[in-house]
Amino acid sequence: MDIHALQQIVHQTRDARRKQTLPKFSPADRDQLIHKYHPDFRESAFRPLRFGPNVGDKTAIELATLLEGDSSVTDGFDLTPDYTTDVLVVGGGGAGCAAALHAHAAGAKVMLATKLRLGDSNSVMAQGGMQISVAPEDSPVTHFVDTLKGGHMQNDHQLLKVMVEEGPSIAKWLLSLGVLFDRDGDGNLHVKKGGGSSKPRLLTCSDYTGLEIMRVLKDEVLNQNIQLLEFCAAVELTSDEQGHCTGAIFKDLDNHRDVVVAAKSVILATGGIGRLHIQGFPTSNHYGATGDGLCLSYRLGAKLVHIDTFQYHPSGAVYPEQLIGALVTEGIRSEGGHLVNAKGERFVNELDTRDVVSASIIRECEEGRGIRTMSGRVGVWLDTPLLDAAQGPGTMEKHFPAMMLQFERFNIDISKDPVLIFPTLHYQNGGVKIDTNSETNVKNLFVAGEASGGLHGRNRLMGNSLLDLMVFGKRSGLTAAARAASMPQGKLTVGHLKGFRAEAKKHGSASGVVSPMILPAYTRKES
Amino acid sequence: MAQEDKENIIDQPEVLRHKMVTVEIAGKKYDVPEGITIIKALWYSGQEVVRGAGCLGGFCGACAAYYRTKDDPKVRTCLACQMAVQDGMSITMMPPFPARKATYDIRTLKDPKQDLFNLYPEAPLCRNCNACTEACPQKIDVREGVWKAVFGDFKSVSEMFMDCVMCGMCTPVCIADIAPNLVALYVSRAQGAHFTEKPVGLDIRIKEIQDGRFNDEWTKLLKMNEKELADHCATVK
Repeated sequence: MDIHALQQIVHQTRDARRKQTLPKFSPADRDQLIHKYHPDFRESAFRPLRFGPNVGDKTAIELATLLEGDSSVTDGFDLTPDYTTDVLVVGGGGAGCAAALHAHAAGAKVMLATKLRLGDSNSVMAQGGMQISVAPEDSPVTHFVDTLKGGHMQNDHQLLKVMVEEGPSIAKWLLSLGVLFDRDGDGNLHVKKGGGSSKPRLLTCSDYTGLEIMRVLKDEVLNQNIQLLEFCAAVELTSDEQGHCTGAIFKDLDNHRDVVVAAKSVILATGGIGRLHIQGFPTSNHYGATGDGLCLSYRLGAKLVHIDTFQYHPSGAVYPEQLIGALVTEGIRSEGGHLVNAKGERFVNELDTRDVVSASIIRECEEGRGIRTMSGRVGVWLDTPLLDAAQGPGTMEKHFPAMMLQFERFNIDISKDPVLIFPTLHYQNGGVKIDTNSETNVKNLFVAGEASGGLHGRNRLMGNSLLDLMVFGKRSGLTAAARAASMPQGKLTVGHLKGFRAEAKKHGSASGVVSPMILPAYTRKES
Repeated sequence: MAQEDKENIIDQPEVLRHKMVTVEIAGKKYDVPEGITIIKALWYSGQEVVRGAGCLGGFCGACAAYYRTKDDPKVRTCLACQMAVQDGMSITMMPPFPARKATYDIRTLKDPKQDLFNLYPEAPLCRNCNACTEACPQKIDVREGVWKAVFGDFKSVSEMFMDCVMCGMCTPVCIADIAPNLVALYVSRAQGAHFTEKPVGLDIRIKEIQDGRFNDEWTKLLKMNEKELADHCATVK
């Protein structure tokens, strides 16, 4: 059938749906729905780790393979440093830039290494906004409670308290650097309501929040003349005799040379895992989201947490083909956009948490109320024209210019026609376990941002990631910088690999997989 | 269910046909499936992509590319992750361009509107050729933005360039050697840091936290056992 014919039901039912209010599911119904339909509960997609710090813990098979993978660094590797620095930041997204800027401001010598360009990251794509409790009727405590509920009560309380309390000062820092958050008429920061939040709390820069923040932070990293190592992928960490982290080994992706960096502290800000395509899902993530930091930390003995839970963003594009997996921002649902099945019915409160909304979309599709594409994909409608209908013509264009432009490139006007969506692999809820200074159980090894775990529990709330990056990027940077002044540079060895390899051998892990992955293997090998 | 599924299938002739098209990538011809993005065409034709791919979502500006469609003399620009290939298309990725970025401490600028001319003295030399605007894959009126910057209308520039992904395609075409995206970035940051109202509510909230206004609530909350905490959370709607 022609797509416009199928969309008619959305147009026809719009007025009736607008009169409807859909209550949120009860806690019992939520649990049932998630257990039945959320990909995290597909038992066959997970397996326990056979060795290492998380032996016995279950994780996605794709990730387990990499965590148990071997290092590319062999015996006799020349560990003479090419560079020496106080603080080595690995990763050029939001957490990496924040860490580098704060460590630099605190007087440390900083180097920022990234396997792509400075700024190529998931952060740059964040559209929904950044949760900070600035509204008078809101408070950090309410932010804490909302996040805890969203995370199924599994969040690390200490990390979470730190994040919500430092939020407002982060907003002030970003404003001082020139970030243009949306404002109310009186000059105060405009706040929007996000999924799973009881109060409007999202700071936004239209639907370019991540892009605006990253433009500014990248520019600031360049202005501060922080030493960069672009197109260099971290392939191993180094450790001293006590097993403390002392630097990292990189592969220069341009000339394939090895680069060794000695550092008093290493901050891994390597981001997420979307490009592992867990369970075959498409992803909203950037090209380099291959979980490198998890593999590096794991081999050095850092404990991981919540690695059996991943976030599937409810609204990944299903049509057109070119946009598969790309995000359709949650902001559209925040402003009242409905999710509609093939029968023209709503089936979930659109502002419920991401895991609930995703599970309910999967339910609709599995039970035959989805819309199929000829390429074998399935999805439900997101009623985008409803926004113009409810708030006046031009609303979509004004509030969601990025979304409009993305579809316009394929001759689709989403202010007039609804969008077909299905959950897309979006975020790694867990990661490397950290303390409130963002340090792991391995001394002088810090992890900040999506690569870290514990803060978000088993489901991250919309808008909490951008704040996480800024808060724990800052804390890792400041702690590492403060420590640098009073400590000597540790010896560079790869002694930790001996033990890891012995364990791997004991468990028959001669799989031949070398990790980290660095980039996904999309290049077609034969014709 | 099967019946229902059949009714709800979107026509996608481009998917069904699996039609192959011939495109020219950096001067060499390859057959690739019609309608895939340029980045996917690079992968399909067996090329390892390191430089020239980033977020794959149209936001990071890493994949700036030039393309020309069959028999059309006009060379256009695009983001390669957002552009579908068609038969006869010629494509080349844009190499990194050595534009000069001025460095500054945005927070300590004394007179940002005047400083623009010290940091980017070439900015007022725009000769109105409009090539930058034509080169912008984000459809920003770049030329207008440069003039507004020069005339001190920083607010308009910051709004116009909110869509800017910093791909830099406006820069190589400029006959006055202006890097409009970098000028606009400076102007937008200056607008945010110096010419935007300070949000009073934010300072109040920061002070409340410093003064411990929420301490009692925290103490109560963090002392709760699992059950009490769950019950308390359930009351917040």
